[in-house]
Amino acid sequence: MKNIFSLLKLTLLTLILFAVIYPLAIYGIAQFAPNQGKGETISINGKVVGYQKIGQKFDKSNYFWGRPSAVDYNAAGSAGSNKGPSNADYLALVQKRIDTLLLVHPYLKKWEIPSDMVTASGSGLDPNISPQGALIQVKRVAKERKLAEDKVKALVESKINTAVVGPETVNVLELNMALDALR
Amino acid sequence: MNTELFGVISIFIISIVLAIPIGKYIAKVYLGDKTLFDPIFNPIEKFIFKISGINSTEEMNWKQHLKALLSVNMIWFFLCFFVLLFQGSLFLNPDNNPSMTPDLAFNTAISFVVNCNLQHYSGETGLSYLSQMVLMFLQFVSAGVGMAAAAMIFTAMKERTTEKLGNFYNYFIKSCTRILLPLSAIVAVALLFSGTPMTFEGKDTITTLQGDSVQVSRGPAAAFIAIKHIGTNGGGFFGANSAHPLENPTYFTNAVELWAQLIIPFAMIFALGFYLKKKKLAYVIFGVMTVGFLLLVIPTVISELNGNPAIEKMGIAQATGAMEGKEVRFGPAISGFWSIATTVISTGSVNSMHDSSMPISGAMQLLAMMVNAFYGGCGVGILNFYIFIILAVFISGLMVGRTPEFLGKKIEAREVKIAAFIAILHPLLILAGTAIASYFAAHDTAMGYWFSGNATGWLNNPGNHGFSEMLYEYTSSAANNGSGFEGLGDNNPFWNITTGIVLLLSRFIPIIGPLAIAGLLANKKYIPESAGTLKTDTSIFGIMVFAVIAIIAALSFFPALALGPLAEYFGM
Repeated sequence: MKNIFSLLKLTLLTLILFAVIYPLAIYGIAQFAPNQGKGETISINGKVVGYQKIGQKFDKSNYFWGRPSAVDYNAAGSAGSNKGPSNADYLALVQKRIDTLLLVHPYLKKWEIPSDMVTASGSGLDPNISPQGALIQVKRVAKERKLAEDKVKALVESKINTAVVGPETVNVLELNMALDALR
Repeated sequence: MNTELFGVISIFIISIVLAIPIGKYIAKVYLGDKTLFDPIFNPIEKFIFKISGINSTEEMNWKQHLKALLSVNMIWFFLCFFVLLFQGSLFLNPDNNPSMTPDLAFNTAISFVVNCNLQHYSGETGLSYLSQMVLMFLQFVSAGVGMAAAAMIFTAMKERTTEKLGNFYNYFIKSCTRILLPLSAIVAVALLFSGTPMTFEGKDTITTLQGDSVQVSRGPAAAFIAIKHIGTNGGGFFGANSAHPLENPTYFTNAVELWAQLIIPFAMIFALGFYLKKKKLAYVIFGVMTVGFLLLVIPTVISELNGNPAIEKMGIAQATGAMEGKEVRFGPAISGFWSIATTVISTGSVNSMHDSSMPISGAMQLLAMMVNAFYGGCGVGILNFYIFIILAVFISGLMVGRTPEFLGKKIEAREVKIAAFIAILHPLLILAGTAIASYFAAHDTAMGYWFSGNATGWLNNPGNHGFSEMLYEYTSSAANNGSGFEGLGDNNPFWNITTGIVLLLSRFIPIIGPLAIAGLLANKKYIPESAGTLKTDTSIFGIMVFAVIAIIAALSFFPALALGPLAEYFGM
């Protein structure tokens, strides 16, 4: 019995060390991190329009679109589709996405579509698309906004994040905000 | 694509290089030598032991180690179980998430106590912040228990005859404070400044650029994610685990998190070499593990980079690889690498959805957990490998007609029986579990209390892939891994209870076995090395161990793999 009390005390003390002191110390340091560790937000005229790292749903034709999402970009949750690569229903869904893309981008050749634009991300909140995924949308967006295609294309190219390691990305929210600012 | 491969290779090499000094440090900690952190942690540890009335200098035999280990784990289980059961009405619950059902609380509590972190809930909606903090506590101590068990084995391997194998509490506390805590703090800070949140505020509601109203989950994530990887626990703060943009915001954090899960399993092997002053033995072990790891990683990365042939047939170029379930900021190469790192090591965190991996990758992920001895989890990796060493010593001893000895201790019937039992238990738990679940699914049985609806309802994919989902769940449980083919509908009494039982058995029996063997061997007479000794620090012996692992894994698991991912591969 004495042993059990010892272990209970040991548990309590380690609980304080690892579940109270450690997180509070990190919380303290977080006060110096971007937005005090509450997640980096992006604002327009003082109004928060999104989290920089979290993808948003764009389905209006005057915006660049992100990837398909299994949670419809509601960041209250997060999930992938968990569809297996050979699942027939899943492949039919991919086919439907291809058809939709071709329908709204009539100028597009099938082989120009990158696979990230027809597959759902792991989190359902992917903020990025591949540069190719943005470039295929340039013509549509330029037409909808009555902007010169070159200008929109140049904007996309300026928003490509290149890195020494890892893939190139385009943050869809940042691209669309820059697009809104374009006159 | 070249920059992607460059990223993969450099992270792997940096982890190995850094593991050597950290391994040296770990050896010093267990030897009780002077280290950098003494001034900070000596008083803290002394205080903890004084208040709890534990004598941390009293040497224990292996049975006392086990008794201490098992009783403290039981207390943690009950603590966690009750917090989860009543979290809805306790404090630190800004999102008003509900309490867990008893079967889910049972599964979750066990799964965090055993360092598995199989999560049948989603963090955003399934846990209060209080529960997250309690689970984080378990991520520390469960990793500490694994390391303490490994430290006892280190002590037992010394060249002497003794019953006294150090003190469990001493090893345990030192693992937590001097190894896990400082490393976690470094990782947490790196994550914080890359955009991972650390706040106690609840969900945020915002209006998006397009004008939709959405909520964004946040929380004290940075501290949690650090120990989740350092302790090779793998349980995500958010539902999507390390695929979530707040849990793993950039390519840099991805590298940090990969490093964090690799570092202690790597370093423990080098620590063994420094501890016993047998560096060559450590290199042989590390070499065998690395060969095994690369044999799993290379096919995975290639098949992910090649993309999905079924989508290619539709006319979509697979230049960026297979992207279903993956994030653009990581890409297929590092996601494939991660999926094997997380399965050979018992982390189980994911940065892509394994359910959507290519069939060959799925097979490699499964195989990694079926072998469960390449690097392995915090501490327990060495324990699992130890079993294979014992078997290899025994078999090769018989082959060359020499007495089977390991580090000067004769290996006899009793030790081999224990080792064989442990080696067989793993396939037994996986295959028996999968067989039962498949039986129900094949007959589409009405499950009553156990599952709402018929058994096929828990599958998210038909055919061979559906079978793989069930196989993966039991493999992940038995390997104490925690990743999943997450399409499986697993939050119901059937899966919560059956995997809970598998988790318990597959954590504690594979700890008891090696501890018993090591304890028995330590007590035997030490026989100095002679011309007749079978050398265990040679590459020939390394090949022998590898062969034993390959034979055991291949023979017991190949049929199951053939029915699941391999059949899917050939059917595509």
